[in-house]
Amino acid sequence: MAEAILRVFRGGPEGGKPVDYRVPVAPGMVVLDALHSIQGHQSPDLAVRWNCKAGKCGSCSAEVNGRPRLTCKSRLDALPLDEPITVSPLKAFPLIKDLVTDVSWNYKINKMIPAFQPRAGVEWKMYQRDVDRVQEFRKCIECFLCQDVCHVLRDHAKHESFGGPRFFVRTACLEMHPLDGVSRTKLLKDELGLGLCNITKCCTEVCPEEIHITDNAIIPLKERVVDEFYDPITMLVRKIRGA
Amino acid sequence: MGARSVETKLAAFGETQRRDAWWVEILPVVILLGGFGVYATLRAFEGKFYAWGPYLSPFYSPLIDPRHRWWKLSPALLILAGPLGFRATCYYYRKAYYRAFFLDPPACAVSEGGKRSYKGETSFPFVLQNIHRYFLYLAILFLLFLWHDAYKGFFFSGRLGLQEFGIGIGSLILLVNVTLLTLYTFSCHSLRHLAGGKLDCFSCSAFGPPQHTAWTWITTLNERHMLLAWSSLISVGLTDFYIRMVATGIFKDVRIL
Repeated sequence: MAEAILRVFRGGPEGGKPVDYRVPVAPGMVVLDALHSIQGHQSPDLAVRWNCKAGKCGSCSAEVNGRPRLTCKSRLDALPLDEPITVSPLKAFPLIKDLVTDVSWNYKINKMIPAFQPRAGVEWKMYQRDVDRVQEFRKCIECFLCQDVCHVLRDHAKHESFGGPRFFVRTACLEMHPLDGVSRTKLLKDELGLGLCNITKCCTEVCPEEIHITDNAIIPLKERVVDEFYDPITMLVRKIRGA
Repeated sequence: MGARSVETKLAAFGETQRRDAWWVEILPVVILLGGFGVYATLRAFEGKFYAWGPYLSPFYSPLIDPRHRWWKLSPALLILAGPLGFRATCYYYRKAYYRAFFLDPPACAVSEGGKRSYKGETSFPFVLQNIHRYFLYLAILFLLFLWHDAYKGFFFSGRLGLQEFGIGIGSLILLVNVTLLTLYTFSCHSLRHLAGGKLDCFSCSAFGPPQHTAWTWITTLNERHMLLAWSSLISVGLTDFYIRMVATGIFKDVRIL
C-alpha cells in the first residue's frame, strides 16, 4: 500500500515544530482522513477541528502545502506524494494547539454589522431577479480561509481596523437585500476598513464555495462607498434631492 | 491593545510553504505591463509616425494640434492621461500591478513582510483609485473618437482627391482594436455598478427592470474583464506598432479591397 508523509505542525502559542507521520494511502483519501489516521494510530493528542467532513461546516480549515484549504476537500491523490505534505494551522489567527486556531475575532466583527432591518412599510414580496446576487453570498460556510489568505490580516495584522473578506460578503448580502433599509457604507469605510483591501483577489481564489468575493461583493461595496464619500457629483445630487 | 486586537506572528518577505513556482504568476504581468509601459512612453514622446493615409494611431487619438501651433511637444502627451488613468485605476489592473510591481502581496499566501503601517487604498496616492468612474466617463468619450478613426480607416484618397471606400489591413486592425477597447470599457466594474448594481431592488423602481437587463449584460462582459483588459492592451500596442511601421515605410499596407 502506498504511503504519504504528512508533515504536521505540532505545538502551541509558545512554540512548536513540524512532525513527520507516515500514513497508508487508501483510494479517495483526503488530508482530513490522514489526520484522523494519525490521531487514531500514532498521536491521539493531535488537535484538529472538524465536524461534517463534507465541505459544508467550514471547520477543518488549515494550510496544506502552504495553501489555505479545507482538509476534507483536499484529496491526497491530487497532491505530490513523493515529498512530505505540509499541514499547518491558519496563520491569520492565534494558535491554540497544533492545527486549531482561535477564530473568535471573527465573531466580534460579525456583531458589529447591523442585522437585516426591513424598510418601513415594505411589502414582503421579492422577485428572483432581486435576490439572485444575494443568494451567492448565502453559500458562505464561514471556513475563514478568505480571512486567512487576506494579506491585510495575514501580513499586516490589521485586525483592529479591518473586517476581512468574509464580513464584506456578509455586509454585501445585507446591503443588496431588496427589503433591507439600513445603510452600512459608513461602517464599511470607517470600522471595517474596506479601503484597506487592494482587491488582489486571493480571497476569491481560496473560497471552497467559489463565491466571487472580490467581483461580486467587495468591488460593488467599494463602489457604494464611492457613491457616498468620494464622488462629488453623486454627493451633490444627493444633497439637492435632500436624501 | 484594543478589543479587536489579535496576536499573530508576522512573517518575513517571501516566506511561504507553497511548493509551486508562485513567482511564475507575476512574470507575464511584469513582462507585458512593463513592456507596454516602456513602449507607450517611448511612442508618446516620439511625436511622429503616428498616422499614415486614413490611419491614426490610438495613442494619438484625438489628434490635437499636430502642427505644433501652441503645443510644442508630442500631441499624445495631451491626451494620454485619459486612457492611462482608466487603466491605472481599473479594478483588474490594480490586482495585477499590486501583485507584480508592489509585491503587495507577491502571490496568495506568500508573505510580503509584515508592515503594520500598511494603508491600502485609504491614503494618497491610492485613495485616488476611487475616481475610477470619472476615467470611465473619459474612456467612453475617447471611444467615440476611436470609432470615428476606425470608420475613417475605410476611406482612402482616390483619383482626383476623392475619398473612396476601401479595406486595408490597417482598416481591419483599427476595427478590431476599437471593438476590443469597447468591450473592455463596457465590462468595467464601475459601469456595472452605475448601470444597475447600485440598486438594492430592481423591481422597486420605475427603471429597475431595464437597469437589471443592463446590469446582466455588463455582468456577462465583466466576467471576462481580465481577458478583455489584456487583449485590448495588446491590440492598442500592436495597432500603434503597425501604423508606425507603415508610416516609416518598413511595412507596406496591403489593400484587400
